Amino acid sequence: MLQRNKWLSGLIGLALATIAGAVSAQQTQFVPLLSYRVGAYAAGGSGLFGGWIDYMNYINMKDGGINGVKLIWDECETEYNNSRGVECYERLKNKDGGASLVMPLSTGITYSLIDRVAADKIPLVTIGYGRTDAADGRVFPWVFPLITTYWSQASAMINYLAKKEGGEAKLKGKKLVHLYHDSAYGKEPIAVFEAYAKKLGFQFTAIPVPHPGNEQQSQWLQIRQIKPDYVVLWGWGVMNPTALKAAAKIGFPRQKMIGVWWAGSEEDVIPAGDASKGYTTAVFNVSGASLPLVQDIKKVVYGKGKGNMEDDSRVGSVYHVRGMVHGIITVEAIRKAQEKYGKGKRMTAAQVRWGVENLDLDNARLKVLNAAGMMPPLKTSCEDHEGSGLVKFQTWDGNKWTIVTPDWISSDKEMIRKMIVASADKYAKEKKITPRDCSKPF
Amino acid sequence: MLYREAGQFKVSYAKDQQIFPIRQDRIALLAVAFAAFVLVPLFGNQYWLSAIFIPFLIFSLATLGLNILTGYAGQLSLGTAAFMAVGAFAAYNFILRVPGMPLLVAFILAGVCAAMVGIVFGLPSLRIKGFYLAVATLAAQFFVIWALVRVPWFSNYSSSGVITAQKMVMFGFVFDTPTKKYLLTLAIVTVLALAAKNLVRSSTGRAWMAVRDMDVAASVIGIRLIRTKLLAFAVSSFYCGVAGALFAFAYLGTVEPEAFTLDLSFRILFMVIIGGMGSILGSFLGAGFIVLLPTVLNVLVHKLNATLQSAFNWQLPPGITSNLELMVFGGLIIFFLIVEPHGLARLWQIGKEKLRLWPFPH
Repeated sequence: MLQRNKWLSGLIGLALATIAGAVSAQQTQFVPLLSYRVGAYAAGGSGLFGGWIDYMNYINMKDGGINGVKLIWDECETEYNNSRGVECYERLKNKDGGASLVMPLSTGITYSLIDRVAADKIPLVTIGYGRTDAADGRVFPWVFPLITTYWSQASAMINYLAKKEGGEAKLKGKKLVHLYHDSAYGKEPIAVFEAYAKKLGFQFTAIPVPHPGNEQQSQWLQIRQIKPDYVVLWGWGVMNPTALKAAAKIGFPRQKMIGVWWAGSEEDVIPAGDASKGYTTAVFNVSGASLPLVQDIKKVVYGKGKGNMEDDSRVGSVYHVRGMVHGIITVEAIRKAQEKYGKGKRMTAAQVRWGVENLDLDNARLKVLNAAGMMPPLKTSCEDHEGSGLVKFQTWDGNKWTIVTPDWISSDKEMIRKMIVASADKYAKEKKITPRDCSKPF
Repeated sequence: MLYREAGQFKVSYAKDQQIFPIRQDRIALLAVAFAAFVLVPLFGNQYWLSAIFIPFLIFSLATLGLNILTGYAGQLSLGTAAFMAVGAFAAYNFILRVPGMPLLVAFILAGVCAAMVGIVFGLPSLRIKGFYLAVATLAAQFFVIWALVRVPWFSNYSSSGVITAQKMVMFGFVFDTPTKKYLLTLAIVTVLALAAKNLVRSSTGRAWMAVRDMDVAASVIGIRLIRTKLLAFAVSSFYCGVAGALFAFAYLGTVEPEAFTLDLSFRILFMVIIGGMGSILGSFLGAGFIVLLPTVLNVLVHKLNATLQSAFNWQLPPGITSNLELMVFGGLIIFFLIVEPHGLARLWQIGKEKLRLWPFPH
């Protein structure tokens, strides 16, 4: 056993040596990438991890790292599978001086890691997915569902619809259908929609679509009977184009369909062809090849042939830019930690955690990063591990996404916060966790 | 030369009936047990324990469960993951709702719950066989997951339907480190594997095999089909239930019902087929093959990439790297099934027979 162990670590060591050899003179900061480039979700995974790697390459090539500390990373294929994800996490967490932070890009893997990161003291950052009540940093000090959670998203959708209709009062008597992927992911927002239905007096129906969602005839038959004013599409993967095609078949206007951000990429609408025209979704990152940051990355990284995307036309796509947002948060959290614990030094995971908890990406800072308007401003704190809750809405015109809300649409923070605290408190009680006192240092 | 049973005389019935009649086998088994119980916890680091050995043991247990049903009793089932889910959610609810519930009792009760669900979904086996039964057990897979998602009581009204395994406490002792979790898992798996080995050598096991080989003939010689088949479903589901509880408590920690998809059922069925139908050892070999090989391949491909990087300053594109693993994995599965359709356990058996005759094969 010991022998094999040595042999294996020798293998890994060899892999390291080659990377480390090039940058051994410098401090390095290691980022584990639990990526998935095969399987049902490969389209999303390759775009996201491609964008993330491109941004880290960009920082290394343009600035020479974060205050001189070069970023290094290693990919481990998870296939979007919980067990493989755990194995990858365990394999990479102590590599090259230890993982700075973990972003698994899978809700299932996130759940499997929540207990582990608390024991290993590594921050777990989940941007736009994961466990919603982890936004309460008192109970989940190591977990950060940054920018926006599913609950905030549902709330922002209602706010958007209210705006569109001309005030919350106008939603009274309207009919809303929540067409969702029948999983934890799709079920999560129901509580928020129901609360709103009661508050604003609209009629709410939740219709589940079993995984993977390539068969939706009976669901759309039901929708045709209900005749809703709006359909919220909370889908994932193949379910999204199927829903758009089914809507076109029964003649339900796509203009009245609102998608969640995991139903709002090029990969979701192009397969449905013309049926997707006019379809609107929420996003927490703007996309497009003309964004200044995308242009700069094209010049600096792709110009030297170091780009990660195999298909150049996907550079600047929704998933690719979302990956860049992951990159920005990785880099900015480490940068913030360096400000406190010493510039130009390698940060430990615990120090990076402080950085994530004290992120302050206001518009001025985003402008410096060339990312103004690309992602919402973000400010985290001990209580608030979400930090933003803002989204924009975009419409597919048949060729590209166009932003239809120039300003960021906010969620009803007070209401969502209340629900998050209630849920987190219940979790704390179940797990016998004493929520920490935010006035004291962690 | 070393593996020879000449001179080992059996002078009592007990000796004749022991599990491992050959002394070398007993020694090898004790050595493996010693390694697993002493050397691994002493020398294995956290990665090996919590990312390799624990999942390997848990999947071995689930495979063992399915092997009892499919390999020994001949009833094809696609509901393994559902029975695991029942075990996981049952253990969670027992610990949540019964104060002071000892961990092992909760696991056993979880297994019993899974066994009861297994009996219900085993009822169709009295009338249908083979592929048709597989389709009937598929219903278990969909129904159980549906029920767990749909009935909020099972997940204690969590908005997302996710359960978080409680701390594993038994008589004040907390299983919190990977080493402790590993030892707990290993102990449970060892006891259950020994029980399974004895069970299949008993009259129950012989009845299962008789039913598997020809159920009409079995009933003619006086084996009660209903009892035998349902018992196989119950025992198999019990094993899967305990495996599911361990999967949630000792391995993942927080589990959503979607972790127990049809995909998992298929994987476990593949473990049975690759390992060897109707073999206890095969369950472990098959689980090892399917659980560990992708990881080994991943490490090897990484090494290949590192070599390419240092030799040519070039790497395989990331998409190719990931797909290469799948291709090699698929290729190996086909290779092994062609070389030995009866699974890895049969290869092992052939190897042993060759060793006994060596150096004078005939």
